[in-house]
Amino acid sequence: MIPTLFIVSIVIFLLIRLIPGSIVDAIVGQQQAFGIAEEVDRAAVERALGLDVSLATQYGRWIGVVPQAEGNFSGILQGDFGNSMWKPATVLEEVAIRWPVTLELGILALIIGQLIALPIGVFSALRQDTWGDYIARSFAIMCIAVPGFWLGTMVIVFPSLWWGYMPPIALIPFTEDPIGNLEMFILPAIVLGMAMSGMTMRMTRTMMLEVLRQDYIRTAWAKGLRERVIVIRHALKNALIPVITVIGWQVPILVGGAVIIEQIFCLPGMGRLFLNAIQLRDYPLVSGVTLLFGIGMVFINLIVDVTYGFLDPRVHYR
Amino acid sequence: MADSSSGRVVETKRHSALVGFLIRLVKEKPLGTVGGVITLLLLLTGIFADVLVPYPYYELHTADILAPPSARFLMGTDFMGRDLLSRVIFGARVSVIIGLSASAMATLVATFIGILCGYIGGKFDLVVQRFVDAVMCLPNLIILIFIISIVGAGILQIILVLGTVWGIGGSRLIRGAAIGVKENVYVAAAVAIGCPTTRILTRHILPNIMAPIIIYFSTVVPGVILTEASLSFLGFGIPPPMPSWGSMLSLGGRKYMFLSQWPIIWPGLALSIVVYGVNMFGDAVRDILDPRLRGGVGRYGVGVKKEEKRNDSKK
Repeated sequence: MIPTLFIVSIVIFLLIRLIPGSIVDAIVGQQQAFGIAEEVDRAAVERALGLDVSLATQYGRWIGVVPQAEGNFSGILQGDFGNSMWKPATVLEEVAIRWPVTLELGILALIIGQLIALPIGVFSALRQDTWGDYIARSFAIMCIAVPGFWLGTMVIVFPSLWWGYMPPIALIPFTEDPIGNLEMFILPAIVLGMAMSGMTMRMTRTMMLEVLRQDYIRTAWAKGLRERVIVIRHALKNALIPVITVIGWQVPILVGGAVIIEQIFCLPGMGRLFLNAIQLRDYPLVSGVTLLFGIGMVFINLIVDVTYGFLDPRVHYR
Repeated sequence: MADSSSGRVVETKRHSALVGFLIRLVKEKPLGTVGGVITLLLLLTGIFADVLVPYPYYELHTADILAPPSARFLMGTDFMGRDLLSRVIFGARVSVIIGLSASAMATLVATFIGILCGYIGGKFDLVVQRFVDAVMCLPNLIILIFIISIVGAGILQIILVLGTVWGIGGSRLIRGAAIGVKENVYVAAAVAIGCPTTRILTRHILPNIMAPIIIYFSTVVPGVILTEASLSFLGFGIPPPMPSWGSMLSLGGRKYMFLSQWPIIWPGLALSIVVYGVNMFGDAVRDILDPRLRGGVGRYGVGVKKEEKRNDSKK
């Protein structure tokens, strides 16, 4: 986990610096385009970004193992992700007010996604190759196929045209008005949850099919158990274990989806922060946010792996 | 996942690979056939876009701005009076180009990394896989936007960046398959008679992992099409004036969405149908190529054709 994060930080670090088309050019070009300065001092921009020293030193400073120009250690290891280039705020301050929004959206979407996916997936497996199965599978693929940005747009346009309903635009904190807060999050979460449910639905179906062919299911049938008991107690319990992994895989998709959904529904979360930072070419903020996404992702995968160990007695971690 | 099956895929007898495949597709996979037809239609639309369009995609009909569908404009017009049908058709071309070439690129990258890692193994595998881990733990869209904001938007950039990022993630699958094939006796025999490594890789390993490679390609295509649309929607994809289904929605479409809904309906609908069709087709391809998932139904005793061999599911 630590090595992975280490490499993630190297990848992010190198992405900015090694890909053709330098940030300095981009920033200089943008400053000229915005008329901030006619003659931009390239060296000054490089100094401001800390690009005037060797790659190794730059990386060391960013991580916090090499002293900064002022002589103090302040890097990621010290909890300092750097400062935003345009706003008088640190990366962490920017993130601190945004991440609860994305987290709430993500958790709601995850719950809604599973609520849609599991029953349909099980049904589909039990009636394999019947019309019910085809309809269920079509629905699963439709969830994957219908792009979130389109569904989101439709969900905003048509209710407002037909019933004059608009989801609230300004962020309502959960502590002040839980109902209003949920009303604000429910539509985006459904749109995001739909996209995720497709994959879980398919995985549930596949795993159910595999488990239903096992010997112990035959034994259960032979014992004369009712179908409901076999399906829920014997098959589903075991089929769900790999499904947990899929939920782990979906988190990156969830984050990608959140970027789009937050943009459409005007939710001030991490995704919008990231997009705004990209549009302003605020690279310290961009790399900070990306690294935080990576850290979050690694932690979620860890949680999924640990859960896996609890759920599946065959898995042992040494 | 598919490592154990890949060895047997090639051994199944088929009279003529393509004909046999098509017969099975139509017979056994009605949804896959529908998907195949949609895929074929998309391909034809993309290829013959120039012939099919009623107007050039950039032509402005200033008298008919945001017109609803009519005999003259079958899908209506957008906020600049451009014919939506023509733009949707050209959007199909973009999707075909990106879908095929970025997926091909991804498959190449995945196969290259996967085979090398799987066959060489050891320290090399360990180090490369940590990098693969690192790329995989960053959300795809985030890393794509990140890179494209640096290299700039454009069709070529999208293909290269999309193909590389997806390919790195997909190399896991191919690596697994390669590891499975590597254990076979014929590989040991090839090593024993002094085959050079490149020959072993291309003549012994590669043909035997063709099934997972084809399956991987088929799963990547719809994902790539959707991702391109998302990128274009956010402004990091195909730059205007070239119409992409994603950018048709965001540029203009959403700005005037309360005045006319047609400009946002058609591109999304086209995208949904295409991704649905390609997915269904890919699914059918996978079912047919991957014998592990073949046969048997959910309820025990009804039509279970053959018990899976125990060691199959183990390794």
